[in-house]
Amino acid sequence: MKFVSEYRDPVAAREFAAAIHKITTRPWTLMEVCGGQTHAIVKFGIDELLPQGVTLLHGPGCPVCVTPIELVDKAVQIGSRPDVIFCSFGDMLRVPGTQHDLFQVKATGGDVRIVYSPLDALKLAAQNPQKQVVFFAVGFETTAPANAMAVHQAKRQNVENFSILVSHVLVPPAIGAILSSPENRVQAFLAAGHVCTVVGFEEYFAIAEKYRVPIVVTGFEPLDILQGVYLAIKQLEEGRAEVENQYSRSVRRQGNRPAQELVTQVFRVIPRKWRGVGEIPQSGLGLAPEYATYDAELRFGVAAYTAEEDAECISGLVLRGVKKPQECAAFASRCTPEHPLGATMVSNEGACAAYYQYRRRELKQKPPVVEAH
Amino acid sequence: MPESKPFTVACPTPLGDGGHVQLAHGGGGKLMHQLLEELVIPAFRNPELEARHDGAVLHIGNSRLAFTTDSYVVRPLFFPGGDIGTLAINGTVNDLAMCGARPLYLSCGLILEEGLPLEDFRRVIASMREGALAAGVKLVTGDTKVVDKGKGDGIFINTAGVGMIEHEVTIAPSAVRPGDKVILSGDIGRHGIAIMAVREGLELETAVESDCAPLVEPVQALLDAGVALHCLRDLTRGGLASSLIEIAESAKVSVLVEEALIAVEENVQGACEILGFDPLYLANEGRFVAFVAAADADRAVSILKECAVSAGAAVIGEVSNSPAGLVVLKSRIGTHRVVDMLSGEQLPRIC
Repeated sequence: MKFVSEYRDPVAAREFAAAIHKITTRPWTLMEVCGGQTHAIVKFGIDELLPQGVTLLHGPGCPVCVTPIELVDKAVQIGSRPDVIFCSFGDMLRVPGTQHDLFQVKATGGDVRIVYSPLDALKLAAQNPQKQVVFFAVGFETTAPANAMAVHQAKRQNVENFSILVSHVLVPPAIGAILSSPENRVQAFLAAGHVCTVVGFEEYFAIAEKYRVPIVVTGFEPLDILQGVYLAIKQLEEGRAEVENQYSRSVRRQGNRPAQELVTQVFRVIPRKWRGVGEIPQSGLGLAPEYATYDAELRFGVAAYTAEEDAECISGLVLRGVKKPQECAAFASRCTPEHPLGATMVSNEGACAAYYQYRRRELKQKPPVVEAH
Repeated sequence: MPESKPFTVACPTPLGDGGHVQLAHGGGGKLMHQLLEELVIPAFRNPELEARHDGAVLHIGNSRLAFTTDSYVVRPLFFPGGDIGTLAINGTVNDLAMCGARPLYLSCGLILEEGLPLEDFRRVIASMREGALAAGVKLVTGDTKVVDKGKGDGIFINTAGVGMIEHEVTIAPSAVRPGDKVILSGDIGRHGIAIMAVREGLELETAVESDCAPLVEPVQALLDAGVALHCLRDLTRGGLASSLIEIAESAKVSVLVEEALIAVEENVQGACEILGFDPLYLANEGRFVAFVAAADADRAVSILKECAVSAGAAVIGEVSNSPAGLVVLKSRIGTHRVVDMLSGEQLPRIC
């Protein structure tokens, strides 16, 4: 398949792996920021191809995983109302709140629907004027433009029964929070390609310089990730700390300007709580005052609600790269995809779920032989 | 590979929600298996049920019969490549074929929702008639009920079927042996994507058609040729992955399959890339896997290629002793990963 199979070519993958082996002289710890990359790494077994001392830590870039538990509770409260059609991307439905998830809301009679775009939810609102239609606006910079567009269109078309429950977070503040933590182990970042498609990568220059850390904007296919790892290790080995763009077929330095303008118009940068991490200043988006009427938290009076998460869940440590999923005592016993304690076990992109699905049972096999040449 | 602690199974994980059936309980994944293992099978324990095959194999007098039933609830009723009527015939016929039986007779229970256009009903019945003719089965008994508007989804169909097993071969997970080859009868995932495209209004460049088809002919051809068939399984809800896992677990063997040998049509792959789905878990309605003695594998593939419905047949992997119950996929880039059963249906990802 064009634009997919080239990036999964086994011969090229072996060559990249060999090149990585050749330049690596000591152990390095890298973090891939995006959950999509984590999933690809575990699914394709990319870490099997890397030198033993190279560790990939899985970052906080899964929107499902970092949505705070109180927002899931708010979604459950709003979705349970008889006058509401609650719309969400599919994988948010299984995220546990303190008591319930959205699937349970649906099973007990709530009108909870999976949509593929916030504009579909807006369409539903136009078609169901007697109902309140709420969209769960989750995600990083990648999904923000489409969500901004839905609100912008709602205002333009006077669709008053539409609102969004906002849980938008931003990548660069999270990277900053990880790097400034005393327990940080990360020496280089693979930045999330699709986030940079929207916002570009100018923001990263200051981070790379301040923390002396290489940042490589990286795509999602096996060869993208291997090349990203190669570029990051090459910088580390040569003592450089620069911003490089591996994913140049999708990412421009300035990003997508019209998308950014729309986001700036509809949203404001605000502090946000991250599940398992806590509040990070200026790390999220909320609706701008001119659009506050589309804020579901205000419309349904749930803005003041707060909740704390399960004490046993170490998802915060996993999200910050301090621990690996299997180091959790509850992993695969008290915490499974059917009965998750925390969100990292829920989404496909969550590190715990990826380990559960692909790594739960040890494979009795020899590590693949990669020859350096 | 990162260091990992050995994994041991503790008590069975609880059903996702204490009190209510959720859609995932019908998704063909772990939750459904738990529901059956904890609530249904214990209530009716008997050897036929506990064989956990697609249909029960019954010894009546001197004959062996295969007996199965399936209910069809699909939205939309009509989709590219078929409709609920085609599914209701082929699904049950295929379950009988997977027992190595020649399907003979079907029953049909219809639950109609008040307000269903009669024209739709006519189309469904016409499809069932065509399907029955194509599969060589007779629909010999049935029942019809109508429920209030809003209490059904247009039409629900249940069909049950019996077929005759006319050979001495045991076709079941228990017959699978280390060294067996795994043959897949064609490309996977078309039914799942066809349904989803219509249901969710996905606009794909070329429409994906369901693979819905009867599988009697290729199975009979294998049996007639005396191929050493050990196990058959049609791929339905949980896709290729779930079928392989079920067989590996029942047979207590390990199955290794190669990603590069598993055919996926380009537009199905494209839809999967967009939605974040894995074709291994997508539903099929006209595909099956055959576990065959290694010596007979090439011959089996040639025989299957002669039938239109299995023209894309290929060996995709093989069976080994251990680790028992495990399905492993060799990826295109040569690494290995465990193929696990999903908990319910696949959910489209966010970005």
